[in-house]
Formats: sequence, structure tokens, C-alpha cells
Amino acid sequence: MKNKIITGQAIPFTQSNIDTDAIIPKQYLKSIKKSGFGPFLFDSLRYLDPGDLSTTSSRNVNPDFILNIEPFKTGNIIVANDNFGCGSSREHAVWALKDFGIEAIISSSFADIFHRNSFKNSLLLICITKDDIEVLLDDISGSAKYELTIDIQNQTIKTPNNTVFSFDINPSDKERIILGYDDIGLTLQHSDKIKEYESKMKIKKPWMFEDNHE
Amino acid sequence: MKETLYDKIWNEHLVHQNTDGSALVYIDRHLIHEVTSPQAFDGLDIEKRKIWNKDSIFAVSDHNVPTKNRSSGISDKISKLQVDTLTKNCQKHNINYFDLNHINQGIVHVIGPELGITQPGMTLVCGDSHTSTHGALASLAFGIGTSDVEHVLATQCINLKKEKNFRINISGRLEDHISSKDLILHIIGVIGTSGGTGYTIEFAGECINNMSIESRMTMCNMSIEAGAKSGLIAFDEITYNYMLNKTYAPSEKYFDNAVKYWESLISDVGAKFDKEISIDASDILPQVTWGTSPEMTTNIDGKLPDPDEESDVNKKEYIKRALAYMDLKPKQEIQSIAIDKVFIGSCTNSRIEDLRQAARVLKGNKINKTLKQAIAVPGSGHVKKQAEDEGLDKIFIKSGFEWRDPGCSMCLGMNDDSLLPYERCASTSNRNFEGRQGDKGRTHLVSPSMAAAAAIKGHFCNVVDFLNEK
Repeated sequence: MKNKIITGQAIPFTQSNIDTDAIIPKQYLKSIKKSGFGPFLFDSLRYLDPGDLSTTSSRNVNPDFILNIEPFKTGNIIVANDNFGCGSSREHAVWALKDFGIEAIISSSFADIFHRNSFKNSLLLICITKDDIEVLLDDISGSAKYELTIDIQNQTIKTPNNTVFSFDINPSDKERIILGYDDIGLTLQHSDKIKEYESKMKIKKPWMFEDNHE
Repeated sequence: MKETLYDKIWNEHLVHQNTDGSALVYIDRHLIHEVTSPQAFDGLDIEKRKIWNKDSIFAVSDHNVPTKNRSSGISDKISKLQVDTLTKNCQKHNINYFDLNHINQGIVHVIGPELGITQPGMTLVCGDSHTSTHGALASLAFGIGTSDVEHVLATQCINLKKEKNFRINISGRLEDHISSKDLILHIIGVIGTSGGTGYTIEFAGECINNMSIESRMTMCNMSIEAGAKSGLIAFDEITYNYMLNKTYAPSEKYFDNAVKYWESLISDVGAKFDKEISIDASDILPQVTWGTSPEMTTNIDGKLPDPDEESDVNKKEYIKRALAYMDLKPKQEIQSIAIDKVFIGSCTNSRIEDLRQAARVLKGNKINKTLKQAIAVPGSGHVKKQAEDEGLDKIFIKSGFEWRDPGCSMCLGMNDDSLLPYERCASTSNRNFEGRQGDKGRTHLVSPSMAAAAAIKGHFCNVVDFLNEK
């Protein structure tokens, strides 16, 4: 079977409950496109001056924020504490992470809607124990460079000192990352079943299918 | 087999069981708004896919809309494009859309229930996390991302893994002037912002049984702040009465049959819950959040935490960071916090009952001179009209509040209403995240009557004491 390996610099986020408002602030949700959110990822933490979709001038960078520090600014794997991606359902958060170059996020837990949105966009989320997260966060912060290698087929994360963490992943999420899915196309293969269900319900609960047009 | 309410709605909507444990679930209602839908319609166009059932969809603009001078349109060009794009997409696909000047326009989670679009036993989705609100009508409702919006448009279904069952039993009654907002903030304080992750929460017990649908919606609305995508409350006589005379409720010829079906929408006695907790409502005091997560809440007589007394290193840092962002001190008393702005509105607290509660406090009083602004933003055209019929608008205006047009307004600052950097707001909304109401803005979540009392005093105070003194 095919595999996918993700290798790259890890970026530590020690804070728990990183919310999607922080990942991509509301002013960027006005875009009607899926692309171009990368420069605004973690906008209010990353820059000292406010910005919006019309901002063209170069920004005043916050030198203390992790994504502005070498070697993290070119990292592609986030390692974070509990409940990453909580709050709003905005898929823009995932689009921004992907557009910035993030390929995987490792945390002890993720918010549910963020989890769905991530796999829909082939952003790999990996859950490992709190203790393992602690170890990783300590190691990353204490090293000049810290590259992780994620082997999705074998479900392992290898650290620079050759420690290997294994992780669980839902088999369909795994396939989705490795092969990429057209979810709608797959569902439409069940069109007959959907129609059959609908016909049954139109008899059982006709009030749910009334023509609502004014 | 004994089933929970969630089990029942889930089983009723199963189209296909996948081999990986997930299932294809049928969606009865799809609500859409301007922010999370344009990319979904684009996706359909690119793949030349059709909309499965346009009758199941209702659309409205709420996040970007101005709440004053509406007749002059949307001045922000980027916002206007987003609203125009929704209008265009709805016209193209013949989807029900309520435009800015329609009486039905309002916050998507206010208009769904109030128009009878949301009905008991339905599965309902929207590209918005506060879709959990609709669970107050015993419908399984949850927020989805834009890829799922596209998926539901094209297939009327969604692939889901079943959540676990979590029941929160709430005994006793809330004291006068304590609202369901105080109750849900207290619950989030107890279980934490990820306490409900992976679960569907059913709120039950004496306190819920005596609660109006509006108050129940506030509870379910904030389930997501506890990590649960859906909150649920069983069908009962209160739900039945609420469903009468709603525009899009089942028509007369089906209504009695619908009611028969709705009556089955309760958890069976003896149904198994994976997790269950009990809360006593009778000793809950008005809540005020002090930090940058809804779980950072305390009661009005409380003090802020001291990070030095926290042994867990991560929690210590978390509290420190929140206090620094909020510009507050360890052990500071909640009542000592002075505010700059007051916002009464949002999908959490902009219904008629909320406005009545705030108006009762404001009547005969003026907002404090130290306040920069206080705005009341009804959740929909109908709520606004009802409030005006009752004369509530006059009470708000006389006290010094601005009386606005319906929309999401200052809950998330995607429109003209927002906090300026470092401004502090008493807000009836649902999220106090950093920058939520405006870059560097500081949010304290409270109930409508607590917001009104804070507006009068200029700082937080116990609304129960305030009204007793009055």
C-alpha cells in the first residue's frame, strides 16, 4: 500500500485551547476564496500592527511570536497542548495552516469540528498522550533544530534522537491522508440509498419535505 | 432497547453504515450564511454538481451586516461582496433567502427556531459552530466546516461517527434574575471547554423542565463552548406550545401527525449514558467570565484566581497569560472591574426574553457616564418588532443604549460593531477569546440582566442585589 512521510521542523505551542479565532481572526473570513490565508495565520499574535484583507504594506512583525523565530518560521509540524482548534467552525483556520505550509499537528486532543475540517483538507492530526506531548515540547524548545519524521502507514513519529512514538489513527482518516478522497463523489455512489431513504421518509414524515418557497 | 434522545434521532437518520464505524446520516435542514458558504458553492460549480434538495435550505446574511443605517447598504466593499455572493448563489439555485430588509432577516440561529424552520426530530446543520442552539427544540443540530457545507448541498447527507451520550441533570430552580446564561457558564466552568468533546450533551432535570425555549436555546448554544458539537433538550409541552403558529412549521394537514412523532423525542427511562453529572441550579449566582476562555468564569461575589496558587505548570501559565491579556490582577474582585462598552445581543442572548430581562433592569435608570457605548441588537426582524410593540426599545434608548437592526454585531466584530484595542466589554455573547470582539479587545461574558446592571453601574455588580434595592 502507498505511504506518506512527512518530515520537517517542529513548532512548539505550549498553550492549551488554541482557538480558531486565534488561528485566523474574523476579518479574514470575509474572503470568498479558499486560498491566500497563509500570510494571516495567527495574525494578531504574529504581527504588532492590525491587518485585514486589503492590507498590502509590509507588516510589523512580533519578534517574540514562535512563527517569527528561526527555525520555527519554516516549520511544517505543530506540536501543541490540549484542545487545539476549539471554538468557531471556520474551515478558514485549516486553509490558513495549510497555506502557511503546516502538514501535521500533534496534540493531546483536538476540538471535534476542527478535526473534521482538517482531514477534509488532508491536514494530518495526530493524538498522543499528554506525557508524550510534554517530552516533545521540552525537547523542541531545548534544541536549535528539531526535525520530526511522521510515517503515516506505520503510524510512527520519529524524533531527531531516534525516539519513536506510535499513534492511533482512524483507518479512513489514514487513507484520506495517503490517497486523498473525493468525499462527495464517494457519497454520491450511495445515491440510490439516499433516494430510497428519502422516499420512505416522505411517507413517514411528509411535513419535513414541504415546499417552503414563498 | 432503551434509547437516549440522541440515539433515536441518530438511528432515524441512518442512510448507510460504513465499514469503518462511521455512517452516512441524512440531513433534514441546512441553514447557510454568507461567511462559510461561498467556497462551497464554488466547489459545486467546479465539479458541475447539483444541489440535492433546495427545499431543505434557508439562507440569510448575518455576520457582515451593518446594524444601523441599513438603508444605505454595506459600506465595507469586502463585506458587501460576501453578502452579494450569497444573494447571487441563492438566486441561481432558487434557495430561500431573506435579504437585509426582510422582516425574517436575523441571526441564523435566531430565525431558524422562530420561523419554524427548525423542527423537533430534525437533523440540522449550518456552517457555524453555534448551530448547537437548535437542539433546544429536540433537533440534532451541529456546526460544520465549508467542505461539509458543500457535501450536504450536493448529497443531503454527511458522514459521521456517532458521538457518545452525556447527560447533565440539573435539579432545583434558578433564583429570580438568574438566567440560563449563568447556568451554562457555571456548567462550562465545571466541565471545562473540552469537557463535552466527543459527546452530545442532553440537558435534563427539573430546572430544564421549567425553562422557556429561549432559555433552553442559550444552554444548547453554548454546548460548543464545552466542546460538544450538539446540545439536546427533550420535546415537551413547552416545545409543543413554541411550535404553534410558526411560518414554516408543519402545515395543518400534517401537524397532528408531526406532534405524534415529536412526542417520541425523549430519552427512554433507563437509557444508557456514557457520562452523567448532576448540577444543583438553586445555588447558582450570576456569572462573569474573567479570562480568555469561557471556562474562566466565576460568580459575581468571586475573585480572580492567583496563578501562584496553581500547581499545574501549564494551567499557571494559562492563567497568567489570560490575566495579562485582560489587564487584571490576581485575586482582584469581580465587582471592581470597570467596563467601557456593553453589548446585548448575539445568537446566545438576543431573543425577546433576553431583551425583556435587560429592559427590566434598565427601566428608570441611565447608563453610567463612564461608558463609551452600550448597544442592544435584537436577534431578528421579528424580535425587533416584538420588542418595539412592547415598548422595550424606548426603555433601552431612554437609558442611553443604542437600539440597532438585527445581526451578529459585536459578538465577533466582522461588521462595523467592534471593540477598539484594550476596550473592556460586558457582553451577552458566547466567546471571550483574545481579539474575538476586536483586536486586543477584552470580553467579559454575562447574562443580559447582568450586562444591563453593569451598564448602569459602570462596573460589574450583582443584578439580584441591584433589583432588590430598586
